[in-house]
Amino acid sequence: MTASRALLLTGLTVVTAWVLVPIWLIAGSAVGGQALISTWPKPFWPVSASLSQITEFLAIDGVWPSLLISVEVAVMCMIFSILLGAPAGYALARFSFRGATLFRLMVLLTRAFPVAILALPLTVGFIRLGVYDTPLGVALMHTTLALPFAVLVSASLFQAIPRELEEAAWVFGCSRISAALRVVLPLALPGIAATAIFAFVISWNEVFAASVLTVRNRTLTAYLLAVLSESPLYTQFTGGFLLIVPSVLFIFLVRKQLFAMWGIANR
Amino acid sequence: MHGGRALPYLLIAPATFFLAVLFLVPLAQTVALAFQADGAWSFANFSTMADDLNFHDAVVNSFRLVAVAVPVQFCLALGMAMMLRHVRRGRDILLWIWSIPLGVSDLAAGVVWLAILTDHGYLNSVLFHLGVIDEPTSWLTYETPVALFFAVAVAEIWRATAIVLLILVAGVQVLPKEYGEAAAVFGASPWRGFVSVTLPLLKPSIQTALILRTVLAFEAFAVVLAIGGNNFPVLVSEAYHWQHFNQDTGVAAAYAMVVMVISIAATLVYLAVLRTPPGQRA
Repeated sequence: MTASRALLLTGLTVVTAWVLVPIWLIAGSAVGGQALISTWPKPFWPVSASLSQITEFLAIDGVWPSLLISVEVAVMCMIFSILLGAPAGYALARFSFRGATLFRLMVLLTRAFPVAILALPLTVGFIRLGVYDTPLGVALMHTTLALPFAVLVSASLFQAIPRELEEAAWVFGCSRISAALRVVLPLALPGIAATAIFAFVISWNEVFAASVLTVRNRTLTAYLLAVLSESPLYTQFTGGFLLIVPSVLFIFLVRKQLFAMWGIANR
Repeated sequence: MHGGRALPYLLIAPATFFLAVLFLVPLAQTVALAFQADGAWSFANFSTMADDLNFHDAVVNSFRLVAVAVPVQFCLALGMAMMLRHVRRGRDILLWIWSIPLGVSDLAAGVVWLAILTDHGYLNSVLFHLGVIDEPTSWLTYETPVALFFAVAVAEIWRATAIVLLILVAGVQVLPKEYGEAAAVFGASPWRGFVSVTLPLLKPSIQTALILRTVLAFEAFAVVLAIGGNNFPVLVSEAYHWQHFNQDTGVAAAYAMVVMVISIAATLVYLAVLRTPPGQRA
């Protein structure tokens, strides 16, 4: 048994290193100073660490605004996805109605289509509506990516809450809506919060639509992609690192719900 | 309940309206954009696309990337999920660490691996210490297509294995333990039990994971641009170029159509090949 135990430990260590070492190295490249970029051979332990590279990156013309736009877009996407997705999820969980299967199918279908096919014609449509090159436009596009997820996950969240609790509230004189808001919603809140955070991450990370739908008001990903070829390496590394930091934190926050969410979303 | 019949429709109405406007309409418009040139229906955009120097490379590269990345991701994730079954203490933290790349965008993943694989990067430093190379060597230019391909594939595998892992772990969690135990009682080796019991039971999860991963791998483009610049064209990076630099939405839409057709075809293939007959579900 000890031999297989050792094998298991080795496997676990190798996989963990495979995931973490690249993140360690990009973090090192982001705080190691500009001189590190041309240092050869490279030290694996940063010789000096400072935040100067990050503050300099943020001072580059256009970076700070694009960071704010990224946050703005992601927050809007998060709000839209939950406001539209949670009621639909509740309907799927609590009612059997004609068209429920069709609705579920439409929601599932959106996941099978590439972003490119949705984003390209929107450039034309958004110019007409006056939302081209605005955070709102990008947020609307990102909501189509996050909404299917929000609908399916909230449907299963509500399904997991016993119907009896709601019925008891009706008996005590709650209306359907106030029972849903005062009894069901608080119970579903941790799961909904996790879904919201996931919508934020989907939007924060999206590159194609954000690049195509903006010209001056770029998100951080769109900005980085646009300047990629003309930027020095240390700028690229710092930008890449800054893109990763919030995602890692968010994944940490939702780690408890992550598996429940995926287990459900896939049924 | 009063209005009980209308209520579910009221609840799904906002989401339905939203998806109709921002999903179904753009979908139809892309088809129109792709098949229209100078105001008339034509295949002009498709012939422009097919005559483009990069088109052939883009198709080949996209398929090659999927053909290498998706199976490796699947095997890796399956191995990780199986290892996790034997872990008792620290399982949660391992799962968290292993799912970190889930939050990493393909642009960021490209930059991460650029830091490792660039001329003065960490890989070359390791090779230098091992005595394989004497000075910084380039791996990511058009002169080293094989190395460039593997660089892109590694970045894609590193980033997106997490999603496969999550889906598989979620599937493993609901597997009844009794089946595996029964197999062991009847003398099946662990490997035999894995192949004959665990894998077939996991089929629905495997199907979901493969569909999602294949569709998304055909969409990868920022990772490619970050690592290879224009030296490694794929379908979506070409769509991006035609839209962004050539301002030609028609040809970009034609590329998007190609990606869509491939995605749908892949989805149908997986649905057919990995079908679980009703009644066999765990």
